[in-house]
Amino acid sequence: MSFVEYGDTIKDGDTAIVFLGHDSMFPVKVQHGTVTQTKYGVIRHSTDLIGKKYGSKVTCSKGGWVFILHPTPELWTMNLPHRTQILYSTDISIITMMLELKPGSIVCESGTGSGSLSHALIRTVAPTGHLYTVEFHQQRAEKAREEFREHGVEHLVTVTNQDVCKNGFGVSNIADAVFLDIPSPWEAIGHAKSALKAEGGRICSFSPCIEQVQRTCLAMEEYGFTEINTLEILLRVYNVRTISLQIPDLGKAAEDNSSPGFDSSNPSNQGSPCANLQQGTVQFKSGVPLREMVGHTGYLTFATKS
Amino acid sequence: AMEGVPDARIREGDCAVLKRDDVFKAVPVLRRRKIIFEKQWFYLDNAIGHIYGTTFEVTNGGNLQPKQEMEETTTETKEAGMDNRNIVDDGKSQKLTHDDIKALKDKGIKGQEIVQQLIENSTTFRDKTEFAQDKYIKKKKKKYEAVITIVKPSTRILSTMYYAREPGKISHLRYDTLAQMLTLGNIHAGSKVIVMETCAGLLLGAVMERMGGYGSIIQMYPGEGPVRAATSCFGFPKLFFDHLHEFPLSRVHSLLSGTFSTETLPSDPEDNILMEEESNGLTYEKQTSLQETEEEPTTQATIEINQTEKQETIDINIDDVEFKENKEKENKENVQEKQTKQWERRRKLIEAAALLREKNADG
Repeated sequence: MSFVEYGDTIKDGDTAIVFLGHDSMFPVKVQHGTVTQTKYGVIRHSTDLIGKKYGSKVTCSKGGWVFILHPTPELWTMNLPHRTQILYSTDISIITMMLELKPGSIVCESGTGSGSLSHALIRTVAPTGHLYTVEFHQQRAEKAREEFREHGVEHLVTVTNQDVCKNGFGVSNIADAVFLDIPSPWEAIGHAKSALKAEGGRICSFSPCIEQVQRTCLAMEEYGFTEINTLEILLRVYNVRTISLQIPDLGKAAEDNSSPGFDSSNPSNQGSPCANLQQGTVQFKSGVPLREMVGHTGYLTFATKS
Repeated sequence: AMEGVPDARIREGDCAVLKRDDVFKAVPVLRRRKIIFEKQWFYLDNAIGHIYGTTFEVTNGGNLQPKQEMEETTTETKEAGMDNRNIVDDGKSQKLTHDDIKALKDKGIKGQEIVQQLIENSTTFRDKTEFAQDKYIKKKKKKYEAVITIVKPSTRILSTMYYAREPGKISHLRYDTLAQMLTLGNIHAGSKVIVMETCAGLLLGAVMERMGGYGSIIQMYPGEGPVRAATSCFGFPKLFFDHLHEFPLSRVHSLLSGTFSTETLPSDPEDNILMEEESNGLTYEKQTSLQETEEEPTTQATIEINQTEKQETIDINIDDVEFKENKEKENKENVQEKQTKQWERRRKLIEAAALLREKNADG
């Protein structure tokens, strides 16, 4: 197992995801002799996990069962232990595309935080790229290093413990892309520019407050960045439902019986609206937005160095 | 860091994307090829060799010239008003006439200069608020400073371009939706992916970019053949396509039910001659029969050359025979070519079918 390559069977030392349901799962470090408690009972790693295929159903002591899933950055983001506020897959997706990341890309990131984005970046740039991530909090930096090691991706990432605003990323003229998620990103724009390749690259700054965005855009302009663009992305979830609409009764047109203006002789009713003349309704399948939309996370400002 | 990285420079044969403000257009980089973009006509010849991301201006001659960095009037505190209560919009504020401006343009004065002239000859400019002044300058720049940037194609660029220009061709797939699909699908180097899309090959290209040539992709397609119009815009190296396979949807049923046979291939409209035959056996026969008829003229020619007959008749006969030979050689080559193509397609189909049968996620 590694976060950048699928493995077939569960091994000692792996990180696996225990899946009980769509909104119920948690990560587990597979170890000989260890035991994991779930609401369905106990899972014994040595007998129930090690050697089994990823994706297997595992029965717990009380009789209920769970799925054991191969880890991915997206599953990790949903289940990792928060040490800071993290970025979720919605923001991560658009960041990845707008920074034009792909295998072989060199990326710089600050701050590392809980490593949510880091794992996604590493997965995207593997096997030939690299992530240079900077975290000014000593314990968080160390914890991140530990996790990357456990997840089999340490060869793809370098964690540096310093203040990016004062000392930059520790590298110059090698990055295809730079990502900033810090309180005062305008103070790091200069360092970001020098970390980027001479022939050009992309930059992204994430800030919850528009005042931060304003200052950052100004700094980007001053440092000669072009194509400065700020956006926000919100995920809207839809459910597929069959909708029934009533046909209004407009009365009869003339004295003789006129049939409703629907072609009731239509044999194929798959998916297309079908009129139920008895009840005077039309039925069709539709996407219905789910409750409310999730809240604001932050504004994403992108720019190009050319 | 090497500036000479081949990827970073515009080369002939590349597919490049022209950008002006938020309008994009994908064009092939070819010398002496006239390009129309945003009401301007020009050649790309001068752009070749420059780094992607360079901004150009269109000269009067229809050529591209790299734009120089100009110092804007930033440091002086501009004179500006507080509000527009005393500004009358009578259309008489600009002292330069339409002809004056045209004259400036014809003289070859740069866009930036024209904008400067317009500002200086506007009586109301200094009364406008700072915001109004910026708005005015932005508007004039958009009209007179025709600046084009040449950008390297990427998923970001192409998906935004297609969504803006031809959303119908990509099933109205918005670029941020595409981004979600790529990430949530964990598309990465080394996986085995099946792609089924009717987005002109844009989704396929995006998947290929995220896989970097590692792993394998099987494109399943409806109809006659896979559409890859957008895929070619990405400019992937040839070896990316070594790991790309295709498989027709019309064969999925037989593959699942285990009746997949390679005897009958999906019909190719080009192969008129061959497709008239029922099975491949006949084609082979046709080829061997051609070979046999070819042998005879050769031996005949040799015999005739050796004989001391009338020169003319010999010449005519030889010519006739040679002509026939060439014609038959041609036919033989055509048939051989078509046969090789058929074998090639058949081989690829078998490969793709094998990959699909394995049902594993690792490329």
